Amino acid sequence: MRLPVYLGLLHGGERALAESFRQVADGHGDEPDVLSLCRTLADQCDRHESALGPIIDRYGEQPDDEPERFHAAALTETRTGGLGLLRDLQDVYLLATLVDMTWTLVKQAGQALRDDELLAVVAACEAETAVQLRWLSTRMKQAAPQALLVAS
Amino acid sequence: MVDRIADIWGTRTPFGRGELWPVRVDSKLEEGLDEADVDRWVQSACVLCSNGCACDIAVKDGRMVGIRGRSADTVNHGRLGPKGLFGSVPGMQSRDRLTRPLIRVDGALVETDWDTAMGRIVDRSTALLAEKGPLSHGFYTSGQLFLEEYYALGILGKAGIGTPHMDGNTRLCTATAATAMKESFGSDGQPGSYRDIDDCEAMFLFGHNMAETQTVLWARVLDRLAGPDRPLVVCIDPRETEVARHADIHLAVHPGTNVALLNGLIRELFVNGWIDDDYITAHTIGVDELRSTVERWTPEAVADTCGVSAADVRQAARIFGTSERVLSTVLQGFYQSAQATAAACQVNNLHLLTGKLGRAGAGVLQMNGQPTAQNARECGADGDLPGFRNWENPAHVRELAELWGVHVDKIPHWAPPTHAMQIFRYVEQGSIELLWISATNPAVSMPQSARIREILDRDGLFLIVQDLYLTETARFADVVLPAAGWGEKQGAFTNVNRTVHLSDKAVDPPGEARSDLDIFLDYSRRMDFRRDDGSPLLDWTGPEDGFRAWQECTRGRLCDYTGISYEKLRDGSGIPWPCNDEHPDGTLRLYADGHFPTELDRAESYGHDLLTGATVGREAFSAMRIDGRALLKPAPAIPAHETPTAEFPLRYTTGRTAYQFHTRTKTRRSRQLDRAAPSAWIEISSADARDLGIAEGDIVRVSSSHGEIVVPARVGGVREGCVFAPFHYGYWQDERSGPDGRPSAANELTRTEWDPVSKQPLFKVAAVRVQKVADGRGPAPAPTTAASRPSDPSVPPTIGGPDAEVVETVRPTAPPLTPDDHRDEGAA
Ligand code: SF4
Repeated sequence: MRLPVYLGLLHGGERALAESFRQVADGHGDEPDVLSLCRTLADQCDRHESALGPIIDRYGEQPDDEPERFHAAALTETRTGGLGLLRDLQDVYLLATLVDMTWTLVKQAGQALRDDELLAVVAACEAETAVQLRWLSTRMKQAAPQALLVAS
Repeated sequence: MVDRIADIWGTRTPFGRGELWPVRVDSKLEEGLDEADVDRWVQSACVLCSNGCACDIAVKDGRMVGIRGRSADTVNHGRLGPKGLFGSVPGMQSRDRLTRPLIRVDGALVETDWDTAMGRIVDRSTALLAEKGPLSHGFYTSGQLFLEEYYALGILGKAGIGTPHMDGNTRLCTATAATAMKESFGSDGQPGSYRDIDDCEAMFLFGHNMAETQTVLWARVLDRLAGPDRPLVVCIDPRETEVARHADIHLAVHPGTNVALLNGLIRELFVNGWIDDDYITAHTIGVDELRSTVERWTPEAVADTCGVSAADVRQAARIFGTSERVLSTVLQGFYQSAQATAAACQVNNLHLLTGKLGRAGAGVLQMNGQPTAQNARECGADGDLPGFRNWENPAHVRELAELWGVHVDKIPHWAPPTHAMQIFRYVEQGSIELLWISATNPAVSMPQSARIREILDRDGLFLIVQDLYLTETARFADVVLPAAGWGEKQGAFTNVNRTVHLSDKAVDPPGEARSDLDIFLDYSRRMDFRRDDGSPLLDWTGPEDGFRAWQECTRGRLCDYTGISYEKLRDGSGIPWPCNDEHPDGTLRLYADGHFPTELDRAESYGHDLLTGATVGREAFSAMRIDGRALLKPAPAIPAHETPTAEFPLRYTTGRTAYQFHTRTKTRRSRQLDRAAPSAWIEISSADARDLGIAEGDIVRVSSSHGEIVVPARVGGVREGCVFAPFHYGYWQDERSGPDGRPSAANELTRTEWDPVSKQPLFKVAAVRVQKVADGRGPAPAPTTAASRPSDPSVPPTIGGPDAEVVETVRPTAPPLTPDDHRDEGAA
């Protein structure tokens, strides 16, 4: 069974997402809401990662067959200015969609397995990932006109 | 005669539950005058807090010479508080009023005429619009203009220029009230009424130091407390306020832990079966998620996190759960603290779970700070569309386009209107190059003062400031416009329980000062803003035109003003909206039928996630099929971001005193008020003072990671581990815009952070260190009469003396009746 591959993807994805939120928080600390919310959301990703722990203990996790697929992974540096913020948030958004879909697919497997413990973890985390996506989108939409039309 | 500096709330007129609050008319005239000397009385209402006390202005020889409460008004039943009595008239008549426009020439502000000043504005504005477009313009207004002025500003900004960058300082004081109501009920709009104080069995004051923020409202509570069947009072506040001193239970929570406490109270309601299942089923959605969210908050867990006793949590919940009629009020202790909207929504949840809403004595008052904050929110001058319209609802935006005769895409609605803190950020980044500030003083009132001063001083920013006086903020301006104020212009405004008052013009403004409305209309004319049919965008000739236009804008909306006119507002009482054909006398309480404006086509907002502020969106909102029910929105409690450390071990909160308003632009011009609370101080607990070797009146340095203030210390009733500073004390009395080595403004220490949903700045979360720098020369300049009462009994009490004597006439007439009383009479 290949579920361990997807558990590995999820594990790595949440970790990369946590790192990226922290990177954006530090790099765009002059945007107070970005600073505080990205930290809060990074903590949330950490909790997702530890919630996965007992599941991975049972099924194990396997490295991805195509590691290059995740190489867009964590942001390692941030850009500056209004446009830079927009680009960085969009990078995080891409990563978060990947994580979001991975939760969905793991949930499908969990349902087929009738694994209640796994499903409980998915239920707790997947909704939060969805909110992370919504926040990123809300914040980008707010920033876009100013960044694209008037910022220098 | 009563010394109303020494006795803030005045003579008691006790009354019992269900009775009408007796009338007491308070009046104060200039020394040597009595009522026989007054030429005429001009109807108005006080603009020195959100309470909206109705008053008459005494005029003699073309000057305002005093003030008297209006006995016929349902808000104050004749009473006025110290600010209204002593601050209203002197606040307007100081010799240093601005009387001519100023422009910056070679770095200095010099007097000029209106044509030159407005010409400069129009030139810059036109050039920027051509070069960079509407997003280069930002407007930051007030909670103290009249509704016609806000509506004019809203129209010219949204349909004339087309910028989303419009907000008011209401963002600092009431944004969370509005947002919490939108999240829970689908729209802004105060559910309860002051009248509920008369009928309740228990009152919960959540972070609301009512005794000082709305002194006349507190007098009403004191009168109930002095009468038969006194209501039980529960106070949630880290300070030993007057409210706490009268409370049956005082929950002195650690700042920043409000959601944990509320989740605990809600859990007790579930566990003990104090919920109203029928109401929940018929009128709400979301109960299961709420139940599971609060599950972990046992009284013990709350005690641990909030620093209160588990028994008190149980007892407070019991009072809420077992009293038939409970009134809750909420203010800055919640709105300016961590998880502001989330906490305020949990108060709504207490009432929704128990069905204690929309009935006599059972309701919620999500309070405001400023006199006309409600109108800033209604009229589109802050981050909302006029008439509680929803920027995510294309039909609502279309309605506005039709009213204003412009293409729908002229009105910015692609994203939420920009909130104040973000507007200042865009100025900081240089993408907003024209900022127009009216009737507010961000150099002192916004968090992290040093940063705000840098922003206002930025090269390349064209700053317009319109005010009564040369404030700290005005000193940075390129153009200063002298505004007419209260008593010098006409307009209507709405207080915190939806009561609309008319304020008539009593005297001419000084010199060349003009009303804010005239200034906005003049700008619109000079910019040649037009409707699509070629006619002028704003063709009003005066405030009453504006009021009529506003009525059209509110037709059929929750805040329906169509049944109110200037005529109807004269002589009797103010009128609470909605007032229309169906409710010709206005409406005392909203949601009596448990039906809420959450239908897709009515909702003012489709809501947000309370943790992040992510928008829910039209589709998801529609899919929930809320259809007129209220939303029980849960919120997990999260730890505060800035917690005390070894370097900054104490928590810092800011707030107000009963004797001053905002940055003292008006109240400092009053002898009596200025003497009662002349300069800055901080408050510290006896235990912390002992540890730090600080005695009453010692000069201390309070520092945070953002700045410092050096002021005398009052050793008094704050919670151990906390420091309190009043936020009124800037620098203009010394003709400075900033500290110049003598920092006193509370916001030197606060940091820039805001609630993710309401975007209200968090003024109550900083961590600080306190050190003694010098021995005091006498007690701190803090009043002894209220929350800043000293531990040391030898500090002389705050008194006003003969100068502060006020005539109080007790029970001269029967109490005024509310719309509901009229209806009852009609039925009988
Ligand atoms: S309570 Fe408020 S509105 Fe009433 S007199 Fe005092 S300051 Fe004015």
